[in-house]
Amino acid sequence: MSFSIGNVSPGMGPRDALDRYGSANRENAGKFNPHVIRRLLAYLRPHTWKMVVALVLTLGESGLTLLTPYLTKVAIDQYITPRDASGLWGIAVIITVSFISLFFVSAGQRYLLSWVGQKVLAKIRSDLFRHLQRLQLGYHDTHIVGVTVSRVMNDVAEINELLSQGVITLIGDLIVLVGIIIIMLTMSPRLALITFTVLPLIILATWVFSRFARASFRETRSKIAAVVGDLAEDISGMRAIQAFAQEKASQERFERVNRENRKAYINAMSLSFIFLPTIEFLGMVATAIVLWFGGRFVLAETVTLGVMVAFLSYVTRFFQPILEVSRLFTTFQSAMAGGEQVVKLLDTPEEITDLPDAREMPLINGKVEFDHIIFRYKPDAPVVINDVSFTIQPGSTVALVGPTGAGKTSVANLITRFYDIQSGAIRIDNIDIRAVTQASLRRQVCVVSQEPFLFPRTLEENIRYHSPNATHAEVEEAARQANAHDFIAASPEGYRTRVQEGGVNLSVGQRQLISIARAILAKPRILILDEATANIDTVTEVAIQQALERLLHGRTAIVIAHRLSTVRNANWIYVLDHGEIVEQGTHTELLDHGELYAQLYVRQFTNPG
Amino acid sequence: MTAEKTAFPLPKIQPTTVPLLHLLWRVYGYLRPYWKQTLGAYASLLVILGLNTLIPQFIRWIIDTGVEGNQPNVLTWSVLALLGLTLVKGVLNYFEGTLSEVASQNVAFDLRNAIQKKLTQLSFSFHDQSETGELLSRAVQDVERIRFLTGRATIRILDGALLLMVTAIVMLVMDWKLGLLVLVTMPVLVYRALHFGSRFRPLSLLVQKQLAILTTAVEQNLRGMREVKAYVQEDAEIERFDHENDRWFELSARSAQMQAVNLPLLFLIANMGTVAIILYGGRQVILGQLTIGEIIAFITYLGQLIEPVRRLGMIIPAVTIAGSAAERIFDTLDTVSEVRDLSGAVPVGEIKGDVVFEAVSFSYGAKKVLDEINFSVRAGQTVALLGSTGSGKSTIISLIPRFYDPTAGRILIDGSDIRKATLHSLRSQIGIVMQDATLFAGSFRENIAFGSETATEDDIVNAAQAAQAHEFIVRSQQGYDTRIGERGVTLSGGQRQRLAIARALLLDPKILILDDATASVDAETEHLIQLAFQNLIRGRTTFVIAHRLSTVRNADLIMVMEKGRISASGTHETLLNSSRLYSEIFNRQLVRKETLS
Repeated sequence: MSFSIGNVSPGMGPRDALDRYGSANRENAGKFNPHVIRRLLAYLRPHTWKMVVALVLTLGESGLTLLTPYLTKVAIDQYITPRDASGLWGIAVIITVSFISLFFVSAGQRYLLSWVGQKVLAKIRSDLFRHLQRLQLGYHDTHIVGVTVSRVMNDVAEINELLSQGVITLIGDLIVLVGIIIIMLTMSPRLALITFTVLPLIILATWVFSRFARASFRETRSKIAAVVGDLAEDISGMRAIQAFAQEKASQERFERVNRENRKAYINAMSLSFIFLPTIEFLGMVATAIVLWFGGRFVLAETVTLGVMVAFLSYVTRFFQPILEVSRLFTTFQSAMAGGEQVVKLLDTPEEITDLPDAREMPLINGKVEFDHIIFRYKPDAPVVINDVSFTIQPGSTVALVGPTGAGKTSVANLITRFYDIQSGAIRIDNIDIRAVTQASLRRQVCVVSQEPFLFPRTLEENIRYHSPNATHAEVEEAARQANAHDFIAASPEGYRTRVQEGGVNLSVGQRQLISIARAILAKPRILILDEATANIDTVTEVAIQQALERLLHGRTAIVIAHRLSTVRNANWIYVLDHGEIVEQGTHTELLDHGELYAQLYVRQFTNPG
Repeated sequence: MTAEKTAFPLPKIQPTTVPLLHLLWRVYGYLRPYWKQTLGAYASLLVILGLNTLIPQFIRWIIDTGVEGNQPNVLTWSVLALLGLTLVKGVLNYFEGTLSEVASQNVAFDLRNAIQKKLTQLSFSFHDQSETGELLSRAVQDVERIRFLTGRATIRILDGALLLMVTAIVMLVMDWKLGLLVLVTMPVLVYRALHFGSRFRPLSLLVQKQLAILTTAVEQNLRGMREVKAYVQEDAEIERFDHENDRWFELSARSAQMQAVNLPLLFLIANMGTVAIILYGGRQVILGQLTIGEIIAFITYLGQLIEPVRRLGMIIPAVTIAGSAAERIFDTLDTVSEVRDLSGAVPVGEIKGDVVFEAVSFSYGAKKVLDEINFSVRAGQTVALLGSTGSGKSTIISLIPRFYDPTAGRILIDGSDIRKATLHSLRSQIGIVMQDATLFAGSFRENIAFGSETATEDDIVNAAQAAQAHEFIVRSQQGYDTRIGERGVTLSGGQRQRLAIARALLLDPKILILDDATASVDAETEHLIQLAFQNLIRGRTTFVIAHRLSTVRNADLIMVMEKGRISASGTHETLLNSSRLYSEIFNRQLVRKETLS
């Protein structure tokens, strides 16, 4: 570390700047985009006054930072050198006061800026999350979860630094830099100009380094991500690795990734270890210039010793603002890149919204009517449901069968209005579902799906997910009916056992049982079973059959199944193929008919062996 | 957003159960192979330290002799010498940094390899109880903390401590009264720095943890979006998120407050030292006891001390934190796998396929999962296991490849206890096809050849054909080279299952373990999978968790499991008469599912 003289200011050494380079490096550099800036600045508006105060404090800090070396000069030139012992007290008091003020000013400024920054960060995250809840499923289908998470967590964090610290720090730094230059020019224009010859070199070195550093730190991030990725895959596939005796191979693969990571880090850090001494050396060159030229000027009595000492102190203060500004440039680029993504997400329109005059869906009786429905998931995607019409009578059970991709699940998705149809109308009790609020509709329609998702909360919380007011007794009753009680009771903490992320501590079958319990507790008016018992073992399935029958009783139910045996009891069966209804009737009628249904049926049971 | 004020208790740093010194000793032991680099780094450090002490003296001397003493020649060569010294220091700085970086990166490299290796050796019961995120954080964050400790942290601690000592000595030698006066600030400075560090570290860990909670909250919410919408829980989810988000803000604001005060306060303390120097030192100069150059040197020394002291304050708590990281890592590394090769285990030769269970019991924690299981199967026979979830079916099949070892009793293959064989030789002759087949990110070819490195292209294609997988593989864009898994094509359940069958066929095991469930596939696919199963079972001892009538009816032995015991066993015909449970399952489920009149 180069020496510094006079008081020391709460600034950053180059080492800190370096530490922060590591984090202030982002994948893509963003370009200036006024719309993004405007949207983001709007978040600062509620904090205008705090920002103004912070700015004033920043100016105060800069002023005081510049003042104290000057005071040291005054002490030397006017009191120490002329041997004026009495005046020394006065100047000491002034210096002390300025140090104390510096403390309050800089602590206050730092606190205000971080506070505002974090407040804004929390607000943007909250807004994003809120918006994500309102976006239609179609949006979520087409966006990878990890990427969206990174929008909410990482991209937002990138903006934070620019919004809060960035602007204000930039102003402060520029003022300090300009201030130093002016003071030096005033004290001794000649010595100042000579000293400034080092400046371009420092700027050049910083610029070159930040270019290389960006690339090499990006490399380290992707390498460590590869290490994490490889290890995560190993851990999740550990059973297969051991079952197939592949331990050696997996160790070798990991070691390779790990080695690359080590190399990337050593490269990146070596670069920094060249940069820092370079900057330090350039700093020392400036000091040497001041000593040599300044010394000669002092000897020639064209400048005072105090001026030279002050110069020595100011020279060391060049680096910090220059490093800061170059860092801010990087921060700005990444903040723009992050900000663009965040704003894009915030601006994504909600496609499925309640109409302004949407009313509450009254208690559903259960008539479901599809009236010439045409549906595709995206405008440019193939038609999934092609001119389908049918009517389901209240309280009846209807089955949808057909090969994979026939459009069965899409029908379920449309009744809950997860997607909007392109043409036709879906009516429940003769009310178009687009005329009612989504919430009032969905509260009365329940889907038990093939791979139900459980949240990483307790089993009980998962069962009462939609009915937070259900008592424990009700939850337990629902679990008993769904045949889930036994395994829940056998779990380490019973109903309070936490579901692990992704539900890995439960089998798919158990997850389905929980989901059935959830549906039982929900008491929906319309029930959709989408392969609801596909993963439940045979013995359990027998047991919950009764529960399901009880659940279906008195409700309109739509059963989607591959296993044709589970649909035989339906009042009516629709056979779908390529998005169209190709057959309908009861089980026996369809078998007699001898077309697709009969073929599927025969195929399923004439297995070899 | 409402930011309700709530007080969160600060957590204490987890007291380690192993003495910190022992942990540190073991941690630094990892530097041993890299002693040359480490030694080089520390040697450079000492020289740099010397130069750092020398340079302010030099500047003082330049001012006093060159400028005040009016000797322009001295000025010139001493300035050049100053530059030379800085250059030397720069080079040494580079070595110090790079060498210690190389050494500590190597420590991280070795530790990560060791952890990964250990994970591949630990038995299923370990993996059943551990969470991926937790293990990852050990291998990534905890290792990073150790790396920091063995690298820059130690350098900085030494650097700071030595600099403090040397500077103190130099100041006292220069002028012991002024030196003493300045050094009064030191204890205050050190105390402040340590106090801050010990309070700030735990808080910042808490902030990080809360950030992780927030991330998980968003992630799980997005994954469960269908459920959120279906059950109209958007508002409840927002409330949950805001709650965690507010907590994050609380914690960060508190951390910001601590940080905002800390550095300015350190500088304030140090600056008070400067005032003392000007005041007392100024008087001494006036009295002719000190030179101006000496005052400047004093101020310089003081300035030099702030950074190291600040860092010491930050790093010393990091040692404690690295200590608990080390404890977690060593905990993993020291875990002894419950299932391991016994001393004297030998590779088994080619297995014939007779399997015998002799009074096998298995407990999972306190829970008895299997209770005295006895049966024997001859090579080539098929055993069908029936029973409800939790009846012990999966446990029985997990014991054969020794994913777990029985708590009592023994398992014999071809008449010899499987614990006498090496794990590798045993497992490489047992094939497993489960419902949720694990596929790795890679091509179809790599996934099928998983476990059979020497397979030729023909072998792979033959296996895929027999598994009824060839068709859909060829239809995909790059045939057998098509990538699957992450960033590759996604596969249906039926396709995954057929790949798993192909994998097992290629392995050509003598003993086969499979789950014949084919949930949620259409009749056409089901038909293909049936064919594949038939090809697979032929000529092997097969244990199958049965879901199909045909499998059950054709089995040589059917075992009906109930609460960890075999409640009935025999062939289809004998069981229909003797077991009520079996006939119930058979009639009510299997038959009801599949009868075609």
